[in-house]
Amino acid sequence: MRTVRSRHIVSGGMIALTYLAAILATLPLILILIHLIQKGASSLSLAFFTNGPSPVGEAGGGMANAIVGTLVVVGTASLIGLPIGIAAGLYLAEKRTTPLAYTVRFLADVLNGLPSIVVGIFAWEFLVRPIGHFSALAGSVALAAMMIPLVTRTTEEMLRVVPTSLREAALALGYPKWRTSIAVVLRTALAGIATGALVAIARIAGETAPLLFTALGNQFWSTSLKAPIAALPLQIFTYAISPYDEWHRQAWAGALVLIVIVLIISVAARFATRSRFGAPVD
Amino acid sequence: MTSITARWLERDRRTLRVNIASVGDRVYGIVTTICALVIPALVVAIAVAIFAAAWPAIARLGLSIVTSSDWDVPGGHFGAAPALYGTLVSSVVALIIATPLAIGVAIFLSEFSPTWLRQPVGFLVDLLAAIPSVVYGLWGIFVLTPLLREHVMPFLRDTLHLGATPFFTGPAYGPSMLAAGLILAIMALPYISAVSREVLLAVPRSQREAALALAATRWEMIRDAVIPYARSGIIGGIMLGLGRALGETMAVMMLIGNSPKISASLFAPGYTMASLIANEFSEATNDLHLSALMAVGAALFLITLIVNAVARWLVWSVSRDRAK
Repeated sequence: MRTVRSRHIVSGGMIALTYLAAILATLPLILILIHLIQKGASSLSLAFFTNGPSPVGEAGGGMANAIVGTLVVVGTASLIGLPIGIAAGLYLAEKRTTPLAYTVRFLADVLNGLPSIVVGIFAWEFLVRPIGHFSALAGSVALAAMMIPLVTRTTEEMLRVVPTSLREAALALGYPKWRTSIAVVLRTALAGIATGALVAIARIAGETAPLLFTALGNQFWSTSLKAPIAALPLQIFTYAISPYDEWHRQAWAGALVLIVIVLIISVAARFATRSRFGAPVD
Repeated sequence: MTSITARWLERDRRTLRVNIASVGDRVYGIVTTICALVIPALVVAIAVAIFAAAWPAIARLGLSIVTSSDWDVPGGHFGAAPALYGTLVSSVVALIIATPLAIGVAIFLSEFSPTWLRQPVGFLVDLLAAIPSVVYGLWGIFVLTPLLREHVMPFLRDTLHLGATPFFTGPAYGPSMLAAGLILAIMALPYISAVSREVLLAVPRSQREAALALAATRWEMIRDAVIPYARSGIIGGIMLGLGRALGETMAVMMLIGNSPKISASLFAPGYTMASLIANEFSEATNDLHLSALMAVGAALFLITLIVNAVARWLVWSVSRDRAK
């Protein structure tokens, strides 16, 4: 058993197993994409993008309101989350070793690992219960709370890569610190920060659980932040667990649209970094 | 005369500029600090809000929320033990399936992959993390569950005779602990493999070269020189995957069957803490029911907090060693 030959056979076998693991690990993604295209594409039509939901048994329904709703909720969440996240990242990159920086870094990781449903019931407790009704804004705040720690951490990582000499050069030329940070350091790391922002947007765009008790969903057109609003993931969920075939088809089509949006953002994020640093960073 | 005025003006301008600069610095410092403080404020607010809302139920029902398995809404009994059990079991099933695969992929990518395959395979595995959980749920309902019901479950139970053990008995409905565990495995895999790949790449070259110089085969090099070095980081990655699996809501809710019973068989439907909250929250009519669901949320918060803290610490301890 301990002969050189048998050891090499074992080695070859184990290496083959890692190849098998790589195949098995990529298989689910490929299967999911194939099924999405197979079942989703046939249900896609112009009406899907222009009409709201139709009653059961009536053809021509679509998810236009849910697509717009997702844009509204995710857009609002990004408006809240991105500036805060990027500024917090600047803080962490500059005050690297203060006690507050360590605390914030640790708590950002904690927040990052928090189940999205917990963030959802928090937003309900803060923005739905006191006000008395569900709203798009509550959903956006829940998504922003998930976005902030992600953006903060990637921004910090990207800023760390910026050489100190750049900052020193700007300061030596008489730039005040704040302008150095914004016009030189932040700008140098912009591609990386944009990647982080895109990854965060892609992640929250597909979130359902935090929206269940906040944005709630809506069968009708609404773009108001104060009212319940439809969202693509919520609509997919409602249709998927319904007993109607027509709705199942719509769910597949909705999932295909959602995944195309998410994948485009993810791939864009990857290429945004590659062009700058030569290799993707995440 | 003119030159003196000019000098005065110049000096004025300069002090003014310096003042503007220092005001700018101060504003910048205050704004970034406030934004950084948003994160601790959020964590504290989440913890306070959830524990405060959970308090009435905790005060009234005590530990029976997590120890009793009697979940009877009209009767006012809220024992979430089946949900706690389901959360743990589905996550453990997920880890048992995902860990070997994820580590295998990580070893493949860091050691054996041909260069041209490294990027695409790594990218595809990373993309698993980008797929929304509701899409996993949809795929699970219409593709995975029928597959389990018609082929995998009968195969495990009858062909492999695993029906003799308590874990693979009973009728194969489809929605089950096994379905939830499988989908969680797919969802946790990219997290485990990403962290593992990173810590494997952090193992110094000299470690590998030393093993090869001692006539180790390539596998022995991995087993004896690389993995021991990266072990705590890999465990950290597994814990991160566990954290994800414990808190996952949508896909699990769509596949686990949502039945508050404890059953040893993986073929039986179950419940998880997250899916319990998601399912009943909007229908909670009385205050105690709502508070009990908040208490389940609080327990979930605590569990994921501990798991994630341990995970971060493990990964951090590896990267600290690397920095030395």
